[in-house]
Amino acid sequence: MSDGLVVSSSPHIHSPEDIGWIMRQVIYALVPGAAIGVYFFGLPAFNVIWISVVSCIGVEALLQWLMGRAITVKDGSAALTGLLLAMNLPPTSPWWLVVIGALVAIGLGKQVYGGLGNNPFNPALTARVFLLISFPVQMTSWIVPRPFLLRSADAVTGATPLGAIKTAVFMHGNLAAAGKISLMDLFMGNVGGSLGEISAIALILGGTYLIYKKIISWHIPVFYIGTVFVMTGIFWLINPGVYANPVLHIFSGGLMLGAFFMATDLVTSPVTVFGKVIFAIGCGVITVVIRLWGGYPEGVSFSILIMNAFVPLINRGTSPVVFGAGR
Amino acid sequence: MLSFRGGIHPPGMKHLVRDRAIVDMPLVPLYRVLVQQHIGAPAKPLVKAGDTVKKGQVLSEPLGFVSASVHAPTSGRVRGIENCINPVTGLGSPCVVIEADGEDAWAEGIPFDVDPFSMDGSELISRIRSSGIVGMGGATFPSHVKLSPPRDKPIDAFIVNGVECEPYLGADHRLMLEEPQRIVSGARLVMHILGLSVAVVAIEANKLDAVEVMRKNAPGSIRVEVLDVKYPQGAEKQLIKAILGREVPPGGLPMDVGALVHNAGTCAAIWDACSRGIPLIERVTSVTGSGIREPKNIRVRVGTPLRDVIDFCGGLQEDASKVIFGGPMMGIAQYSMDVPVTKGTSGILVLRSREVDRSSYTSCISCGRCVDACPMGLLPNVLSRLGERSMWEDALGYNLMDCIECGSCAYVCPAYRPIVHFIKHMKALAREASAKKRQAV
Repeated sequence: MSDGLVVSSSPHIHSPEDIGWIMRQVIYALVPGAAIGVYFFGLPAFNVIWISVVSCIGVEALLQWLMGRAITVKDGSAALTGLLLAMNLPPTSPWWLVVIGALVAIGLGKQVYGGLGNNPFNPALTARVFLLISFPVQMTSWIVPRPFLLRSADAVTGATPLGAIKTAVFMHGNLAAAGKISLMDLFMGNVGGSLGEISAIALILGGTYLIYKKIISWHIPVFYIGTVFVMTGIFWLINPGVYANPVLHIFSGGLMLGAFFMATDLVTSPVTVFGKVIFAIGCGVITVVIRLWGGYPEGVSFSILIMNAFVPLINRGTSPVVFGAGR
Repeated sequence: MLSFRGGIHPPGMKHLVRDRAIVDMPLVPLYRVLVQQHIGAPAKPLVKAGDTVKKGQVLSEPLGFVSASVHAPTSGRVRGIENCINPVTGLGSPCVVIEADGEDAWAEGIPFDVDPFSMDGSELISRIRSSGIVGMGGATFPSHVKLSPPRDKPIDAFIVNGVECEPYLGADHRLMLEEPQRIVSGARLVMHILGLSVAVVAIEANKLDAVEVMRKNAPGSIRVEVLDVKYPQGAEKQLIKAILGREVPPGGLPMDVGALVHNAGTCAAIWDACSRGIPLIERVTSVTGSGIREPKNIRVRVGTPLRDVIDFCGGLQEDASKVIFGGPMMGIAQYSMDVPVTKGTSGILVLRSREVDRSSYTSCISCGRCVDACPMGLLPNVLSRLGERSMWEDALGYNLMDCIECGSCAYVCPAYRPIVHFIKHMKALAREASAKKRQAV
């Protein structure tokens, strides 16, 4: 009876764009941002990146082996988490901090839920926030960026733009003490901050690539950044002495990295366009509230994690209209 | 350009057969004519072992209105009513096995020549019914039923479906190029039956030569519309939406929005039946794919065993590993080379082993690609998760039964989830449960 034919359910052809392909594209899109980080922060930044990527892959393989599950590091998602984690850490992070971050990201952020696809929270951000709360000193010591060729032996510590603003407003009640912050430096990345968040232009470039490749849609970055711009703009118009201008806000801190690469994480963001818009606006509002009135100078990580928790609810409320049922 | 929401753009692969003129497949020694080649009520065989049959002779009697008879594809002797594999269900199914005598002699009285436009609608519908005509795009719904709408659902729009949106397939394309008059005449007959003054022929923009030919051959009352190349443009509901802007309601039929769609090949068969009395005993089909040595468009008798068709097309490539009845998106993989061609066999696609994906699937990563691709506005991501656990009752709440099984979701799924498989399984469970319920009452 058998003619040696393969039988399976339709469809019999498949798009070449599988999970591995998607993960690779996101990694490619992160390369400019990571490269700028290495350019301005040097060898320590490079070390953070490779330690983070290798640890994440290692932790994933180890945990899957321990649990007797198929080892799926080949799909590239652990490597991507590693890269994202590195880009969310201070460039001078000690190696043990990075390794703890990898354990938390892959262990608590992902594998504990059953692996890729089942985690409600962004793994890299879970690790970042864990480290920020557990090791506040190491997680908030920033070095002044120095282009590669001009590097001297000793790194000089300094504040991030948002940190300077928060301190100025807190200590003096106005922005003047924060000093002048160059928008061009913010745009290019010549500022203190996490390894991969400093250069807006590099991140926009990578994000645009992902939109072009249809891996992410434009809705989350545009509505997230747009919400931050509009909201900070309103407060800036009300009292420019206390609230920084909206252009500075959108180009500083982790907003570009968060809006293009963290909030758009496929697993932890809504599936419909309308859902994505709600999610992005929520991220924007929470980010601004933390930045302007919170204890931390930056709120991107918290805002995305908080909105991650709402994703099942958002998905439920934004189901598409069934063909023929509307109008 | 005219289109619909959702859908995908798989590689067309039409080049394999698009320039190959239709060739007649020669007679073979043995035909297996399945008694059930339509959607609907079963039919009962009218012949028995040892009977002599002539080409076009009726072989079965439909049991019910939504049913269709089958006819002898050639003259010969009935070997028996045997159990053959049905290519659609994969199950054993009664089948009239005919040993051909090689004479190919017509049954008495056919073919003849009449002017069908002199007949009235009910007479034409009964001819279509007795000729065993069903939807030849693959759904095999009896055509006379579609032409007999209830009084409260008048049809004001008729669309000839020449979209052929499945990749690889080119049979309708060739038919439009080579025999446009049969299609146009059949369409005019349908208009005559329903009392319509206009009709639309829908063709995808990747067949502009067919658009030109059809425009040249169609009278002013038949408009030829060009549609965006997007799968599943040829699905009935999506086609009605694109052409008329009307949405068939969930669970509804095209007639609920006053629309009727017939496949181009079906129109040609309607013409043959009404003007010459020829029942549906042959069809044009594309034998294609990289796994077949000589891809062809063939005119093949219903009941011809797959093995003979493959031989006629040069045989299989050495690494051919999947034979599909229909196209790559909705077609059905065959496990036996003994299955016969049916009225709904719109194509025979052979894929090589390197084209046959056997990777296992992983968890849903919620990327939403399936949601964007679904032309029905469903949540395939949720349905596939429910399907993994056979939770069909919950799936009904996610509009399980509205799925048209086009496969767009599974095509784009980066986790290779067999979403259509899960959905078909849950639909079967739901139907089984409702059948049991009905029995209990």
